Amino acid sequence: MAEVKKIATREAYGLALAELGEKDKNIVVLDADLSKSTKTDTFKKNFPERHINMGIAEGNMMATAAGIASCGKTVFASSFAIFAAGRAFEQIRNSICYPKLNVKIAATHAGISVGEDGGSHQSVEDIAIMRAIPGMVVISPCDGEESRQAVLAAAQYDGPVYLRFGRLATPAIYEEDKCPFEIGKGIKLKEGKDVTIIATGLMVNECMEASAELEKMGISAEVIDIHTIKPIDREMVVASAKKTGKVVTAEEHNIVGGLGSAVAEVLAEEAPTKMLRIGIEDKFGKSGVPAHLLKEYGLTAENVVAKVEEFVKK
Amino acid sequence: MSTKKELDIMAYKIRRDALTGIYSAKSGHPGGSLSIAEIMAVLYFDEMNVDAKNPKKADRDRFVLSKGHCAPALYATLAHKGFFPVEDMTTLRQIDSYLQGHPDMKKVPGVDMSTGSLGQGISAAGGMAKAAKLDNASYRVYTVLGDGELEEGQVWEAAMFAAHNKLDNLTAFIDLNLLQIDGDVRQVMNPTPVDKKFEAFGWNVLVIDGHNVDEIKDAIAKAKQVKDKPTAVICNSVKGKGVSFMENQAGWHGNAPNEEQYNTAIAEIDAKIKELEEM
Repeated sequence: MAEVKKIATREAYGLALAELGEKDKNIVVLDADLSKSTKTDTFKKNFPERHINMGIAEGNMMATAAGIASCGKTVFASSFAIFAAGRAFEQIRNSICYPKLNVKIAATHAGISVGEDGGSHQSVEDIAIMRAIPGMVVISPCDGEESRQAVLAAAQYDGPVYLRFGRLATPAIYEEDKCPFEIGKGIKLKEGKDVTIIATGLMVNECMEASAELEKMGISAEVIDIHTIKPIDREMVVASAKKTGKVVTAEEHNIVGGLGSAVAEVLAEEAPTKMLRIGIEDKFGKSGVPAHLLKEYGLTAENVVAKVEEFVKK
Repeated sequence: MSTKKELDIMAYKIRRDALTGIYSAKSGHPGGSLSIAEIMAVLYFDEMNVDAKNPKKADRDRFVLSKGHCAPALYATLAHKGFFPVEDMTTLRQIDSYLQGHPDMKKVPGVDMSTGSLGQGISAAGGMAKAAKLDNASYRVYTVLGDGELEEGQVWEAAMFAAHNKLDNLTAFIDLNLLQIDGDVRQVMNPTPVDKKFEAFGWNVLVIDGHNVDEIKDAIAKAKQVKDKPTAVICNSVKGKGVSFMENQAGWHGNAPNEEQYNTAIAEIDAKIKELEEM
């Protein structure tokens, strides 16, 4: 088997941003003293005059981004998810989303795969927070190419977008230019008939691996990559749920308020279906090597296999 | 350009129509709306390059009311400038009105930034000034902050940003009326000395009488001459200015006058306008 290419989605974000900066002179990037980590440093190197270091002041960064956007620029504002969606929530809400300004909040280091920095830096609630803001688009890509496509699409979209990226290098799901990305549209990665697995972020790869194992066990799992959590692809979710009759969601986020909740809302209204939510079970993260943390919190293919098997047999 | 007399009269017209809006809505913030009337009159009727027929024109000067709760003063100013009918002030805060309780750039013509959550407007103003620099555009950005608002830490993040980026196209007026909802700002959470704080943050600082249109004009002229530094104009002002029973009363921060109070206030303001016109 050929070596699978691995890249962190934050890395792909940085590269896509630099690519975008070349094509679009209207792009301005703001960062809060984390450009080496959020990977906006590549853009900074190529377009120093359009990269603004805001210092460690995320609230000011978001409202400043709003002001710049109000003058016709497309602004990407980056920090860690915990500080972007957490600390600067109200600036995002009132200064960016309320006036629907063209700011993309590109948050990196989401979830527990941040690793060693520990629970204070591991955002497990950002999807829930951002999803609750009226009109906000929430995108959580699963690999490098999808991240690239998401960045390019977000730049084309007129209005606020929350982009969620991870620190950890993860396997490629899509080959270059082979990701059929469209905001608000899920991507069916595998057809199946016994159960639907809807995943986002790094859990997409885990669920693809799990589905291969499940296949060997005689369980046919349909796998859907939901990169856009809001607006969610209702049509695809409902159609698949009706087809398999069982839906599992998987996310590197609290099971409260994230992808699982978004899917549950759709199904409760349109096609009540037995569901299982795999994610962080209403707990904070902690320090550790990312792989160990993902195992401990049940965010591995192995655990998805076990959970789905049990769920399907119930 | 306007004469001192014209600007003085305009300030009182702004007061009158702001109060009419608040009275009609039966809610709103008269105290701080009245204290910024001269600043608004000078900005919109003497200084700023804006066009009521083309509210979004790219090269216009920008204004951000960081103390967004004083929207009635901004709306009255915009109405007199011709952005919308003055008569619409009576629809303020009503369910079908575009005149929202706090400035809404999506709904109100002439409003450059939605504000209301204190501390955020000055950041947005800084962003606009930075955008002008990025584009080598000549427009200037003006913002008005309350003194109570200075208690928001974000104001100082924005102050750092503006000085660090040498935003000499940004001028911030601080409405130093010394009162906030719970009382004297120096007793609630003392933001003074405001001038020294802005100086320490690297700003050009001017201290003026916030009700003297000549001093406001002069401050703007001086700010335009300064290179590489944003300017803070500290405006010593009277909360509730122009309505005798509202002056220096914290209780008039966020309460609407009743009918009798409204009529008394309007009579005082109209008398003042008449007096100014006859001067």
